[in-house]
Amino acid sequence: MSIYLPIAELSVNAFIILGMGAAVGFLSGMFGVGGGFLITPLLIFYNIPPAVAVATGANQVVASSFSGALSHFRRGTLDIKLGLTLLGGGLVGASVGIYLFTLLRNLGQLDLIISLFYVVFLSVIGGLMLVESINALRRAAANKPVSLRKPGQHNWVHRLPFKMRFKRSKIYLSVIPVIVLGFGVGVLTSIMGVGGGFIMVPAMIYLLHVPTNVVIGTSLFQIIFVTAFTTIVQATTNQSVDIFLAGLLMIAGVVGAQYGVRVGQQLRGEQLRALLAIIVLAVGIRLAIGLVVTPDELYSVITTKEGF
Amino acid sequence: MRLAGRIYDLLLASLVLAVACAGASAANERLDIGISTNEIAITSDFAGADLIVFGALDNADPLLLQLGQYDIIVALEGPAKETIVRKKDRVFGIWINRYAMRFEPAPASYSLSSTLPINRITQQIELSGRTIGIEHIHLTPSGNVGDGSRVPEFKDALLRLRVESGIYQSEPVGVEFVSSSLFRATLRLPANIPVGEHKLRAFLFKSNEFAMERDLRLRVVKTGVEQFIFELAHQQAFLYGLLAVALAMLTGWLGSVVFRKD
Repeated sequence: MSIYLPIAELSVNAFIILGMGAAVGFLSGMFGVGGGFLITPLLIFYNIPPAVAVATGANQVVASSFSGALSHFRRGTLDIKLGLTLLGGGLVGASVGIYLFTLLRNLGQLDLIISLFYVVFLSVIGGLMLVESINALRRAAANKPVSLRKPGQHNWVHRLPFKMRFKRSKIYLSVIPVIVLGFGVGVLTSIMGVGGGFIMVPAMIYLLHVPTNVVIGTSLFQIIFVTAFTTIVQATTNQSVDIFLAGLLMIAGVVGAQYGVRVGQQLRGEQLRALLAIIVLAVGIRLAIGLVVTPDELYSVITTKEGF
Repeated sequence: MRLAGRIYDLLLASLVLAVACAGASAANERLDIGISTNEIAITSDFAGADLIVFGALDNADPLLLQLGQYDIIVALEGPAKETIVRKKDRVFGIWINRYAMRFEPAPASYSLSSTLPINRITQQIELSGRTIGIEHIHLTPSGNVGDGSRVPEFKDALLRLRVESGIYQSEPVGVEFVSSSLFRATLRLPANIPVGEHKLRAFLFKSNEFAMERDLRLRVVKTGVEQFIFELAHQQAFLYGLLAVALAMLTGWLGSVVFRKD
């Protein structure tokens, strides 16, 4: 069934889009990630213009993060104060990111930068995750205790000024690294169309030493607002949010996520992380190949504003 | 032999005279065209369409008509839009858009249909002067183009890409006479036809010379939900953004309620 996307201005097969949404939803439910970092590259592989893919990806993440954050809120595994502090940096970062997005689009380098960002972040995060999970799997095989966080161990982050107490997380921490982290992830949200959970979660665990049980809920909480903000600003400045496309992705994604959660519960944490790492690396490599291989067509044409 | 030659010459002369007289007396051939609609609606399953243009050729000289001396070209020009052509180059092993050329507004789509291949109808200079045919669409680079040596390269690339995607196309034998004075032109509209005001131009050529031109306007619009969304996204962008977020939150909330486990 072919359907015309009014903003992307092309016809696509609705079942392929629903399939993509369901598959990514499944993975996001399984691994507890937003899935934006998979949706956007998939849409680009399917010839959706990168600008539309990024803006629509951000819109889709609003749905998945809202759904996830609600259940964390009910369980009380969400630190609103920490979330709001992250959000402060996040909104500024997203604004800067959208400015860069528009600038790069006008320069004709947007597609390249989107791909480069994806290649760099997916390879680094995927690589680190793979190494970490393989080590954890080895330790588990050798029956040694697995510990992600070593309480009491402080790093340079904890010597910074402007400290604040975050009750729910039971940490006493400078607001500087929190805001900087929020800012950085905000920039990525608007340029890559991701929620940024795949950077936010490890950074909160390893850098800020936030307890693991509140990390995902809090990260999702702030992702809702940053992606919602990004969606609105992208819609206003670049008119690149395709509501049809986003709607199809969301519906399939929400359903897919439920089945993913069930499968995820039957796998062990290290196995899940290793699997996710492999998927992340595969997407990164696929994008890297696209940058290096000689393209079939060297020229590209874009029509801009109306003339006479 | 000699007599036969003289008679032949005489016949030829009278024929030429007759043709010339006919040409002079019937100088007021009229071309008229009509289309069943002046608006084409693009729905969500639009996969391209054929536009049939009917036309009448009045006061045509029957002799010239029989000799096939009248030729008709019908072209649909899309709305003029500014275009940027970019060329990739390898930099540090990565393919990036390195060169760009901006062209002044030119038709964003072009469909042509004619009785004969257009270069057999009249001369290049005539076609070029009246901007008939894909290769005669005016593409003028704007901004700094250096010494201009790259202009043909970018222009060729632009035309080639648009022909490949079907947004520029021509059908050399798409106009046919259904009676001595009525003709039918079939224009292929591509699936990715740009919305906006299109110009339908019909040209009459007599004995390879331009005789007259008729123009009609044709609007291509998106219909139904698609148009509503497109207009909302462009005219009420902020509201549209809010709507997109509300839709996402609703979907997310429904998902967490419907599949609630805790």
